[in-house]
Amino acid sequence: PCNEMDTIGTKGLNGLKAEGGQADSSSQGAAFPPTFSLSEVKNKQRRHLMFMKLKQEKRKQKMQLKKKRRKEREALGDKAPPKEVPKTIENQRVYDETTVDPEDEEVAFDEGTDEFSAYFNRLTNPKVLITTSDRPRGRTVRFCEQLATVIPDAHVYYRRGLALKRIIPQCVARGFTYLMVINEDRKVPNGMVLCHLPDGPTAHFKVSSVRLRKEMKRRGKDPTMHSPEVILNNFSTRLGHTIGRLFAALFPHDPQFVGRQVATFHNQRDFVFFRFHRYIFKNEKKVGIQELGPRFTLKLRSLQKGTFDSKFGEYEWVLKRHEMDACRRKFQL
Amino acid sequence: MRFTPQVLIFGARCHVHLLSGTCFQQLILVCVCVCVCVCVCVSPQVIWDIIGNKQFCSFKVKTKSQNFCRNEFNLTGLCNRSACPLANSQYATIREEKGQCFLYMKVIERAAFPAKMWEKVKLSKNYEKALEQIDENLIYWPRFIRHKCKQRFTKITQYLIRMRKLVLKRQRKLVPLSRKVERREKRKEEKALIAAQLDNAIEKELLERLKQGTYGDIYNFPVHAFDKALEQQDEESESESEAEEEEEEDDEDVGRREFVAEDEVEESDLSDFEESSEEEEEEEEEMEVETKAKAKAKAKASGSKGKSPAGGSAARRKRAYVEIEYEQETQPAAKSTAT
Repeated sequence: PCNEMDTIGTKGLNGLKAEGGQADSSSQGAAFPPTFSLSEVKNKQRRHLMFMKLKQEKRKQKMQLKKKRRKEREALGDKAPPKEVPKTIENQRVYDETTVDPEDEEVAFDEGTDEFSAYFNRLTNPKVLITTSDRPRGRTVRFCEQLATVIPDAHVYYRRGLALKRIIPQCVARGFTYLMVINEDRKVPNGMVLCHLPDGPTAHFKVSSVRLRKEMKRRGKDPTMHSPEVILNNFSTRLGHTIGRLFAALFPHDPQFVGRQVATFHNQRDFVFFRFHRYIFKNEKKVGIQELGPRFTLKLRSLQKGTFDSKFGEYEWVLKRHEMDACRRKFQL
Repeated sequence: MRFTPQVLIFGARCHVHLLSGTCFQQLILVCVCVCVCVCVCVSPQVIWDIIGNKQFCSFKVKTKSQNFCRNEFNLTGLCNRSACPLANSQYATIREEKGQCFLYMKVIERAAFPAKMWEKVKLSKNYEKALEQIDENLIYWPRFIRHKCKQRFTKITQYLIRMRKLVLKRQRKLVPLSRKVERREKRKEEKALIAAQLDNAIEKELLERLKQGTYGDIYNFPVHAFDKALEQQDEESESESEAEEEEEEDDEDVGRREFVAEDEVEESDLSDFEESSEEEEEEEEEMEVETKAKAKAKAKASGSKGKSPAGGSAARRKRAYVEIEYEQETQPAAKSTAT
């Protein structure tokens, strides 16, 4: 077997292709020991060819199997067993013990008395202060402006190197319910601190994939002043619920349906996608949506119990990469 | 061998050691490399002659305009005859350690004991008191050294004050991003975006809400309550009746030859909206005599079908459909204003 391999190895690739097939077919059966593995072949070209051949074989077998199954299926007609559902990451998600059961009373009680209860009991109206880190660059500034048009009753203030801990009491005094700080790195927004004001939780997000309005394809006209509706998708665990309520409390209670605008926070695999659309119902089965407004993705990095305090704060949840990212089927939100 | 130093220095203090015996110990080797072992016998003038300009000094940093001295005991930081700690046997500096200032002094008497060469005096935290201490320790010393010591001390206290102030202000913490992690997360995000199917999810949610009645009486399907939707309906019915008429005409005219203008034929080609009735679509297929212009118009219309038009634009386009017999050029204009 060694001699055979050597002679083939010395020839050019074309020669190899022509002869390799024959040699292989002849040698496969006879020459290789049963514990042969493809990685033992030292010649890269030869190994590569053999691997490709192996893959083709496997693919062929798979196609044959598929065909056979399809034929069987057709043959059975109505009596065929239902189609198997393919496995997706969402299907295979590790069950999180903090998943909220809709009828859970304890959760309902907690949510009735937590920091957002003031909002959800219609005692306060949201008022958002948007600011940035020091010396923001063009993109961040425009992003903040666009965010301010999306969120009703939002005010953008230039951060003049002030400490957040000093801004917060001033905001509380002026009746703001939210403080949103967009952090910037290399002229691009990449972080967001969302602080619920009276003494609410502070969430720190990583911001990615920011698309400003002019970069959107097929977008509509600018958003109007109507309050948008809010859609929160896939927030299933306790943590997810908290974050969902955090987002919901940004917007006023009663959306103005006349405006036909909707802000969506969609959670998928721990990434929260924000989109802002205008919709129209064409008939009761069809709705058309047109994207306005900025879009961005958020990933939660930490949730702190009180207002922003990086030194002495009590963290409810912190992203610990080694523990939490180790399993691909485990998600937190 | 007894080591008899023979030193002659210039300055306020002069120690002349008489030779005892006939042997002169003259170790001329001056090793001024990284470890400062200046032989005690050599006069500072000689040292300066060597390291100052002629030969190598490992503490010297040369730049275009200036020479600096990297020796930690240097008073001014420049490489000068008067400021060189190696070339001056009587020297003093101020240095600070962890917020505490010390006065270091070097005198000729201790030149033989390198380990004990520098005398360290702790200075008071009070600025004025410390200045007095400096004065009192450096009494009778050259004016230059005294002055420079005080200047240095002032500078040091100023920067210590600034440091203490800065600690109280906001401190920016730089968090390093791991490239691998960022790349992984980016890919995960892309995959998550694909899995999310956002548009579908949003549409589904909106339809759910419609079904549940959160919108109340605003939308009254199947009766179109919108004005624009009403118009749509009217025009739909109009076009429907037109289509029916055309069909009937066709049935009647089978066999009869007629020369038809291009424009007339086009009117039915643009009826490819979702609300359009099936009859209209059939009509399309039957009457498809495609010219280039018509193909373009059709492509434009079908291209815009993907967009979700506001009710107004749909109506506008429907109206344009009716007018199309006469003018085709208004089509693109209408579209640009619609979106």
